[in-house]
Amino acid sequence: MPTVDISGWTCPTPLRDQPRVVMGHGGGGALSAELVQQIFVPAFGGEVLAQLGDSAAVSLGGARLAFSTDSFVVRPLFFPGGSIGDLAVNGTVNDLAMSGARAAYLSCGFILEEGVEMPVVAGVADAMGAAARTAGVEVATGDTKVVEAGHGDGVYINTAGIGLIPPGVDLRPQRVVPGDVVIISGDIGVHGVAIMSVREGLEFGVEIESDCAALGGLVETMLAVTPDLHVLRDPTRGGLAAALCEIATASCTGVVIQERAIPVPPAVANACAILGLDPMYVANEGKLVAFVPREHADAVLAAMRSHPLGAGAAVIGEAVETHPGMVVARTPLGGTRVVDLPLGEQLPRIC
Amino acid sequence: MKYIDEFQDPELARRLLDDIHAMATRPWALMEVCGGQTHTIIRHGIDQLLPEKVELIHGPGCPVCVTPLEVIDKALEIAARPDVIFCSFGDMLRVPGTDRDLFRVRSEGGDVRVVYSPLDALKTAQQNPDREVVFFGIGFETTAPPNAMTVYQARKLGIRNFSLLVSHVRVPPAIEAIMTSPSCRVQAFLAAGHVCSVMGTAEYPALAERFQVPIVVTGFEPLDILEGIRRTVGQLERGEHTVDNAYPRAVRAEGNPAAQAMLADVFEVTDRSWRGIGTIPASGWRLSERYREYDAEHRFSVENITTREPAACRSGEVLQGLLKPHECEAFGTTCTPRTPLGATMVSSEGACAAYYLYRRLGTTPTPQEASPVA
Repeated sequence: MPTVDISGWTCPTPLRDQPRVVMGHGGGGALSAELVQQIFVPAFGGEVLAQLGDSAAVSLGGARLAFSTDSFVVRPLFFPGGSIGDLAVNGTVNDLAMSGARAAYLSCGFILEEGVEMPVVAGVADAMGAAARTAGVEVATGDTKVVEAGHGDGVYINTAGIGLIPPGVDLRPQRVVPGDVVIISGDIGVHGVAIMSVREGLEFGVEIESDCAALGGLVETMLAVTPDLHVLRDPTRGGLAAALCEIATASCTGVVIQERAIPVPPAVANACAILGLDPMYVANEGKLVAFVPREHADAVLAAMRSHPLGAGAAVIGEAVETHPGMVVARTPLGGTRVVDLPLGEQLPRIC
Repeated sequence: MKYIDEFQDPELARRLLDDIHAMATRPWALMEVCGGQTHTIIRHGIDQLLPEKVELIHGPGCPVCVTPLEVIDKALEIAARPDVIFCSFGDMLRVPGTDRDLFRVRSEGGDVRVVYSPLDALKTAQQNPDREVVFFGIGFETTAPPNAMTVYQARKLGIRNFSLLVSHVRVPPAIEAIMTSPSCRVQAFLAAGHVCSVMGTAEYPALAERFQVPIVVTGFEPLDILEGIRRTVGQLERGEHTVDNAYPRAVRAEGNPAAQAMLADVFEVTDRSWRGIGTIPASGWRLSERYREYDAEHRFSVENITTREPAACRSGEVLQGLLKPHECEAFGTTCTPRTPLGATMVSSEGACAAYYLYRRLGTTPTPQEASPVA
């Protein structure tokens, strides 16, 4: 047995830059942020874009509008609890809701792949129509393009939306101050696990349905308690962790989360345990995280719990003066850990 | 929740911690061998809750971290071929080879797929008879049996367009290498429970006796880890050095004989290079002569790829417990998960990545790590 010689051992040079787009650039983490900040923001310029919110708050003809767009490339097109059509409506409706706006009008751009069966397109369109009616939003304009077979995944959808921001409502991370209470509207990780279970053919013992839902009504319920909410986020790609990290960074405050307070349903916890994933990084499609002034927290929480989409709402932490820009979780055992912005997509662990 | 909540109970954890605090009268250095255990320790802040006298040293048990760079380069070479579908567990896609990773190969047109089981790769081979399907078979005794079973099935079913790129490693020879290192500070081992669930505990008494170290087979939930530490510290304080099984719900002394038989049939023991440690005799497996036709290195003629690793990081010292991740001057500054200088910062099980993700309170995130995204 030779003795171990560490002096001759070294590691590879890192990959600092990707010369091509990789999947992680769409994962809602650090790679996505770099793509936006290094290419899109300099190319487009503009003060509004530089805010990098889920939706843009703009003034037009005396009205304050929320304006947002989102693209949907989910596989499979239909999954337990919803479809790409539901996501296409609710995703943009929710981005607008995070500005406090009730979505009024949506646009819908279809990119269809040659060969996709007509009943599939009809099914997606019907789902969109039903979701729009539920959300109280009208699909007012649209466009369709077809790409050659093999150049798409059946159906891609882009939606954009506008809505009015009520007077006195100013939701942005810069308003967060130490002492704000962090509230999540319900169970986390449900949508991501539902998609994984069908996409990868994984069986988790019970069927998990996506939490895909339009949050405009829940937000209105919260704003009825006080228009002075500080920031709202729907934690989609990158999950709760990414949403909290973005808020902490943009507000230059620290965030402390009590891990035991985060509602994680057993099916999600089990699936994540099997795959070596952290539920905090798994996507949601019908949840919001709110930073609420301490004096309004109890009333806002009670209002949320009175709404069907907030029945499982829970206080999970607070904004703090220490470690600005950083999210720290207190573990059930009493230790602490840093919650970081994910790099790209979470990868299942080997063992 | 059955089987998870019970092993994360804060009250029971507190009692175990109280026991450990009461027991420890002298400084002790314990090594947890497995990267999965490292992950649990850091994620739950267990190391912060132990007495200062009890130090945990993170061992070389992350399969991603110890896979040599030249094996990654072989994988990249094979995955880039147009006739190949390259299947891998997710973790390996982000590990940098000499000048790219599997994600980049995919962005350049390579057909690289994440699978959750090697049998998924075999199914892919059946569904794509005109393509070569390669599975990246890395890891310890835990992942080796299903990979062996897949090759066995491929031969049984007559599937010829499937092969395995093998870089399997064995824990006991690594323990021996660590203990014979002149700079070794390790006084006891938490053995990897999942490895022992396959191999049993027969290989460990000789090591415990030869090096006079307690070896406690330990599980992966917080209470498992604390119970393993409690028993280990107890042995150290009493001057004992036996093999103890603190993970009886998963580990029997004889292990899993069927899995061992499969390993013996499909693989043969070979010398293996470990990133961070070097070549350790008889520390790995390769496909046995009977199954050599399923060896991707042979099939794609990449045996001769050798890689000299440029000097960049100190993860060799980290893997051997000579350096804590945060003691490295590059930690959290030039070396982050976004820009890893070494594999220990790439894998979520790597000690450096675990420290970066969960223990970075003393450092400030770089702007690129902490930028908002639309």
